[in-house]
Amino acid sequence: MRLVVDLNRCQGFAQCVFLAPDVFSLHGEEALLFSPRFDETQRDRVEKAAAACPVQAILVDYSDEPTKGAEPHVG
Amino acid sequence: MSADTDVEVLRRQGRIVVVGASLAGLRAAETLREQGFTGSLTVIGDEPYEPYDRPPLSKQALLGRARPEDTALPRRRDIDAVWRLGVAAEGLDRDAKQVRLANGDTVAYDRLLITTGTRARPWIHPEEAGLDGVFVLRTRDDSARLCRKLTGGVSRVLVIGAGFTGSEVASACRELGLEVTVAERGPAPLVGALGGVVGAVADRLQRRHGVDLRCGISVTALEGDYVGRLRRAHLSDGSAIDVDVAVVSLGAVRNTEWLAGSGLAAGPRGIACDAGCRVFDVNGIVTDDIYAAGDVARSPHPLFDYQFLSLEHWGNAVEQAEIAAHNMICAGPDRRPHLWLPMFWSSQFGVNIKSVGVPPLGDQLVVAQGTLGEERFVAVYGYRGRVIAAASFDGAKWLGFYQQQIESGAPFPPEYRTVDRRTETLEPVDPAFPDPHLPTHGPTVTLTGHSPSERRIKFVPSHA
Ligand SMILES: Cc1cc2nc3c(=O)[nH]c(=O)nc-3n(C[C@H](O)[C@H](O)[C@H](O)COP(=O)(O)OP(=O)(O)OC[C@H]3O[C@@H](n4cnc5c(N)ncnc54)[C@H](O)[C@@H]3O)c2cc1C
Ligand code: SF4
Repeated sequence: MRLVVDLNRCQGFAQCVFLAPDVFSLHGEEALLFSPRFDETQRDRVEKAAAACPVQAILVDYSDEPTKGAEPHVG
Repeated sequence: MSADTDVEVLRRQGRIVVVGASLAGLRAAETLREQGFTGSLTVIGDEPYEPYDRPPLSKQALLGRARPEDTALPRRRDIDAVWRLGVAAEGLDRDAKQVRLANGDTVAYDRLLITTGTRARPWIHPEEAGLDGVFVLRTRDDSARLCRKLTGGVSRVLVIGAGFTGSEVASACRELGLEVTVAERGPAPLVGALGGVVGAVADRLQRRHGVDLRCGISVTALEGDYVGRLRRAHLSDGSAIDVDVAVVSLGAVRNTEWLAGSGLAAGPRGIACDAGCRVFDVNGIVTDDIYAAGDVARSPHPLFDYQFLSLEHWGNAVEQAEIAAHNMICAGPDRRPHLWLPMFWSSQFGVNIKSVGVPPLGDQLVVAQGTLGEERFVAVYGYRGRVIAAASFDGAKWLGFYQQQIESGAPFPPEYRTVDRRTETLEPVDPAFPDPHLPTHGPTVTLTGHSPSERRIKFVPSHA
């Protein structure tokens, strides 16, 4: 599972840190660090965190459609 | 073909090609499907990876909190695209409406979106740039290589350039316990983006965290040993330092070379497009089938007197991509302009730095909340009597307010009494931006305004 936080929106309320501390953490007073990839065991917490974020800054995968199509011989 | 004239046909069975498979390209592709485009969608990218997020590459990744290969962007929905990854677009034939790929293939389009972004500006001397130990930081591969090097036992890192990326690298190095020297040509870190008053705070921050910061100095040469490993850097003050890693953080170069000869208004400053993301040709005539978005685009902004604005900001790439995608499959009257207010964040030395608006336009500055000395404040920039930008150090919650102030052209200096009574002064001072005519890797916009009602910006070439 992948996630990204729109850090322009994020105001460092730390709600997500409280709900999913393995995925989100604060660095200093208000800089948010997050793990862009998390495993299935965290899904529930991350979804709760995304729902609880007061500014709706957390985007979690809504699709796991594969990205096929790397060209093998060119670079 | 009919798809050119009939938007409904285009939406159902047109062919849309996106060149550039990163943030802007992905968000545009998703938006096209969201808005009901059911035709064929091809996304071409020269990197062999699916779209990934870059900001963590100089933050989480260097700190060891996330692997560079784990920064793939989440998907808002299925996009059912033909992905052509690991192959660059090499040319554009507008008569035949085809993109030519590096492997000789051609891909035909009814609508084309260009999101080829920028790349890191390489070290000036190609031979020195090739030394083992000299890095740039733009891609997933760059970040992975640098991470490996930094954790492999190095004695001193040299960061060349104290803009946002360079400062973030320096910050991560200190956190990893590495000795780091930062060489910056300007008078302070971040000076091009935020000015000398705020730059002085960044300066203190770096030194307090043990960075050997050298401002007003440039690196003149990098020296390797007999097997081509970086050993030493020579500085403009005549001194030299022993280093095994140099991270070149001198800004970015726009990826427009592949459009040479296409007749589009594409050059070193980016691709010129209108506020609806439609690309201009070299004669200043707007095309209706070719669009651009993200770091590679530049477009007029009414808040800045319709001068062209080019931004290298994450939020801009997302918003502009959505507007471009919407407009590509709409009839004229339904099209929307890209009127995004510039916004940016960075985190370094444990401080959350944010800005809204265009600080380099500012001719005055007040500290409206907090104090510079505490390294926790909001600085508000004025331009000829209006609020034009704000920058915060650990003061993110205030920025929404200043965003409204900028959008409504609120008077400067602010008339209200701030909540924070410790504020040392509301007396405006000169924000101390460097002379825009001097070469810098920092700002992408500089001011050439005249009257209070006019806000003009002019583009300075990145190496003047
Ligand atoms: C280390 C780092 C840290 C950053 N931190 C922040 C931050 O804290 N805050 C912030 O707001 N912004 C930040 N940014 C900027 C942000 O990442 C960019 O604004 C954003 O990536 C722009 O997206 P884009 O899709 O327009 O361009 P890009 O991400 O540059 O993507 C362009 C893509 O097109 C590909 N391409 C180029 N030429 C061709 C071709 N001819 N054919 C096919 N493909 C091609 C490129 O390889 C690339 O994959 C950071 C950037 C970096 C590098
Ligand atoms: S809950 Fe939202 S606003 Fe708060 S720290 Fe997390 S992402 Fe940021």
